[in-house]
Formats: sequence, structure tokens, C-alpha cells
Amino acid sequence: MTFQLFIQLCINGLIIGTLYGVVGMCFVLIYKASQVVNFAQGEFLLIGAWTCWWLLTYWQIPFVWGFLISLAFMMLFGLALQMLVLRPLIGEPVISVIMVTIGLSIFFQALMKWMFGTFAQPFPPIFAVSKVDIFGLQVQSAYLMSTGVSVLIMAGFAWFFKYSKIGLAMRATAFNQQVAQSLGISVRQMFALSWGISAAVSAVAGVVVGIVNGVSSALSFFGIKVFPAVILGGLDSVFGAVVGGLIIGLLENIAHYFDSQFLHWGNLYEIVPFYVLIIILMIKPYGLFGTRDIERV
Amino acid sequence: MAIDTMRPCGDYRTSYRADQTIFDTRLTFAFIVGGIILLALAPLVLSNYYLSLMIQIGYLGIAALGLNILVGFSGQISIGHAVFFGFGGFASAFLAEHGVPVPIAIVLAGLWTTAVGLLFGLPATRVKGLYLAIATLAAQFILQDFFVRAAWFTGGSSGAVAAPFTILGFDMSGDTRYFYVVLVFVVVMYLFAANLMRTRDGRALIAVRDHYLSAEMMGVNLAKYRTMAFGISSFYAGIGGALYAHYIGYMSVEGLDILFSIQFLAMIIIGGLGSIMGSLLGTIFMVLLPELTGALAGILQGSAIDRALHLKDGITYMREMLIGATIILFLIFEPDGLAHRWKQIKAYWKLYPFSY
Repeated sequence: MTFQLFIQLCINGLIIGTLYGVVGMCFVLIYKASQVVNFAQGEFLLIGAWTCWWLLTYWQIPFVWGFLISLAFMMLFGLALQMLVLRPLIGEPVISVIMVTIGLSIFFQALMKWMFGTFAQPFPPIFAVSKVDIFGLQVQSAYLMSTGVSVLIMAGFAWFFKYSKIGLAMRATAFNQQVAQSLGISVRQMFALSWGISAAVSAVAGVVVGIVNGVSSALSFFGIKVFPAVILGGLDSVFGAVVGGLIIGLLENIAHYFDSQFLHWGNLYEIVPFYVLIIILMIKPYGLFGTRDIERV
Repeated sequence: MAIDTMRPCGDYRTSYRADQTIFDTRLTFAFIVGGIILLALAPLVLSNYYLSLMIQIGYLGIAALGLNILVGFSGQISIGHAVFFGFGGFASAFLAEHGVPVPIAIVLAGLWTTAVGLLFGLPATRVKGLYLAIATLAAQFILQDFFVRAAWFTGGSSGAVAAPFTILGFDMSGDTRYFYVVLVFVVVMYLFAANLMRTRDGRALIAVRDHYLSAEMMGVNLAKYRTMAFGISSFYAGIGGALYAHYIGYMSVEGLDILFSIQFLAMIIIGGLGSIMGSLLGTIFMVLLPELTGALAGILQGSAIDRALHLKDGITYMREMLIGATIILFLIFEPDGLAHRWKQIKAYWKLYPFSY
């Protein structure tokens, strides 16, 4: 029985982990392209999920259309945010930039609470079958979809950065802004675009989590949970973000297993990633796959 | 970030001693002493409501000054100031419960918080900038979790009772009396900070902020000063939290969340990073902001806007949104904060008809 629980939790961990990985990728995308640490990443999930929920319940739009419209909206939202708020701060100290994203985070979190209330709202049912039986384990079909979507996004990211022209231009910008500019790449456009893509992809993750757990302001906590994941993987490595996300997702659930079975400390699930975060920062601040050029004190 | 003081043309300082005075001229000294005397007379005229606001400004202002020493003077960012504020409150309540007289308990709580702050400042010896910001974010969640867990220390989820402030058997609780307690602490702590910035240690902190490599070459021990900034900042937070605990008479985990930490950051950004006076100005702004939103909602009550937006239910959210919006707007349009604006106003009047 306990072994079965352990396996179940491990699978949960992997599913949540892929989601952390996706959000982590979006976070790293912004950081790589525009050197901004985005504390408002969780709010992208929140706003995307609420938009989709609103379109589906209030306007009764079919899921596919509602989903696509909210993605387009989030793309524009990310672009607008970069152009209006972050662009004037280019060249300012790190503290100012971090503080602006924190300001954005509490602004939109409060706005969403005001507009949609504090209670979790369920999505209208999308799947005909709510649970699927795999090797004797009950897995919610929404979870299956979430993993499928996450893997799809990761493959999409890989393709985008390897083969598409815009993706290559973005990598060039991340590598060296001056060189990129001299080759005719508009660095400003790349900055804005990275925010747009990041917001839209985060919104996908937001909608997926919303379908599973219902939409509530708890979604924005993903934006904080993503820090352990990206620090573990290396702040400037997209691949590292995925690996870090998976590890943190697994770790959380394994901690939960030990907590519920043996230790009974309670709440270990929530707090373990942050202990890991501190330990990594102390012993290996560039993470598993990050560039090793962090200035040491 | 730091702004030089306004001095008339041709007024040069010829000795280090003259250059490092706390009060620039006799007039500023007179103004500050006069201001403190006026404040001391305030309880005679003002109602308890205004006094409670001023007490709030006092204890939050002390904690905000601590954060400003860390962020504004030593250039490190902390997103976990609220938990140190909370730790001070719990520590003081805990000590007072175990028989330590309250005034001593407050100071001891400050020192105890300093120890905790030094512990969580240890990552500052290894990482800097945004990595440090993320480390302090982790500190926020770890300590918040600790508060819920450690029932012997914090009373768990039900909270801890803090004894009322008595000095030599004389009861100092109640708005009117407690006002003087907070006033004394504010004056002492602000003078201490102003004085700190004149010493080697204070200037070393600023050197670390401005150019850490040069500072290290000049013989400033980086690791020492970075952790020291965390220690001092936690000391201030602890004192502020302890004053809060004994004012309310009760300390609970609720409200020590990340939003409260961000409010402290908002205070110093609005007031002006690296400005001692600015910390107080920013705190005044942040304390009056909810009062202002309340008043605004009161004026709009019953109007079309009120009906459309349900202002009464949304007032807490409106407040949070205002905090976020002020942070963003100040950083974009007035990154030097209110202290800078205040200096400009002073300069304008000093030079009044001939502004060049």
C-alpha cells in the first residue's frame, strides 16, 4: 500500500515537475534575453488561466477558441508589459529591475483577486473521461494532457531556438547584445518578444493547472516555486530549467511521502524546495547547467 | 543614489571633522530639535487615532531604516525583512514572558534578531545581486514556516501574548504614553544610523555598494561588511518588531507574509534608497496610503464608480494594487525617491528668486 502511494506520489512529482520545467523555461527565456529576473512569472499563469476561465464560463466559448484567444491576449500582454514598464528601466541597477517586477506581481495579484474573487473556480469539464487507468494506477486525464502539453512545449522551444530565424536572433541577443545589434537584429524587438512568448507559454501552464486544480490566486505561487527549479538547473540554461523543474517536483512529493509516512512534521512539502535553494546557492550557485561566470564575492 | 547636501556657493569645508557633522548647519540642528519637541507635545493636542498612526510610523520607520541600511547603503537586496520584524516581536514577547523587564527584552530581542539575521546573511558572503535576493526570498519562507512550527516560541497559530511596556513599575501602555516610548526609540535609532554613516564601518558599507572591487583593494573586508549589513538591518527590524508586539500586546504569524516584506521595500524606494530621512518619509507615505484609499472610497461611496467596482469589498485589493503601482511609478519616474524631491524643494526656496 505504502509502496503504491510512493509510486503515485512519484508520478505526481513528475507531472508537477514538467509544469515547473515549463514555467522555469519561460523564466529563463526572459532572463537570458533581457537579463531581467521576473518575480511576476506566477502572475502570467494566473492572468492567463483567469482569462481563459472567463472566456469559457462567461462567454460560453468552446475550449479550443477560448484557449487560443487567451494565448493571443497573453502574448500582447507580455509585449505591452515589456514596452511600457521594463523598457524605461534598461540600464538601471539590478535592484530597481527586481523591484519593478515585484511591484507588477503584487499589482496584478491584487487586481485578479478583486476581479475574480479569492475562491478557486473550477473549469468547465473538458474531457469525457476523467481518469485513465495506466498499469493499475489511476491518472487523471487532465494530468496526462498536462504532461503531453508540457512535452510538446519543450519540443517546440527546442525547435524554435535551433531552427527558426527569430529563435536564432534571440540566442544571438542573449549571447552578446552589441554583436547582435551590429548584425541587424533589433534588440528591442527581441526583448519585447521574449516577454510575449514567455507570457503566452506561462499561460498554457496556467490553464493546465487551472483545469486540474481550479483557478485561484494559489497559481501565482508557481512563480515562486520556480526559483528553486531554475537555481538548481542554472539560471541561464533552458535545459537546466527542465531538469531542475523535474527534480524539484519529485523532491517535493518524496518529501511529502516521508513526511506523511514517518516524520509527521507537516508542511514539509511546501518548504523543502527552499532549503534546497539555500544549499545550492551556498555550494554551487551557478546550478547544474548554468554558465560558471557568476562573480563570487 | 546618495545625494550630497545642499550648501550655499563658496561654503567649503576645510577639515574632515567639519565635513562629517551629522547636522549640516546650526539651523538644521535647531529644526530637528524643535521638531522633536513639537512631536513630544503632540499627545496634548492630537486624538488617539492620529497618535496610533504616528506610533505605527515610528516602529515601521525603525524597521524600514534597517532595510535601507542593507539595500540603500550596502547595495544588497532582501525580500524577507518582514520575518525579521516578526522574529523581533516574538523574541521580545518570549523574553518578557520569561521574566525579563520589557525595555530590556526589546533590546535583547533586537540582538537576538541580529544573530538570526547574520545566519541568513551568510549567503551574502558567497553570492550577490539577484542570487542574494532569491536567497532572502527562501529565508522568508523558511522563517515563516518556522514560526508556525515552533509553538514554544511563537504560540503556534494562536500567537503569543506580549506583556505591556512598563518601566520601573510605571505603566507605559496606551497610545499617549506609548507614543513617548516609540519617540525615544526612533530618535535613538535614527541618530545611531546617521552616526554610523560617519564612521569607517558606514563608509565601508557605501564603498562596498559603489564598487566592491575597489573597496576590497582599499582593504575593506567584503565578507565581513556584507554580513554586518545584514546584522544591523536585522537589529533594526527586531527592535521595530518588538515595539510593535508590545504596542499591540499580541504577536501572531499572520501578516508576516511576503507582501509585508515588499511593503518595507516599497517604503525605502518611495522614500529614497540610501537616505536616512527618506526611510521615514517613505514610511509616512506607506502608512498614510491605506488611510487615503479609505478616505477616497468614503468619498466615492454610493456614486456610479462605487456601484460598478464594489469599492467596499475591493478596498484591501485596491490598497495592494496601489502599493504595487507606487513601486513601479516611483522606480520609473522618481528613482531617487521622496528624499530627492524634498531636497529639490529646499533648493528651490533657498535660491528663491534667482534660481541660478
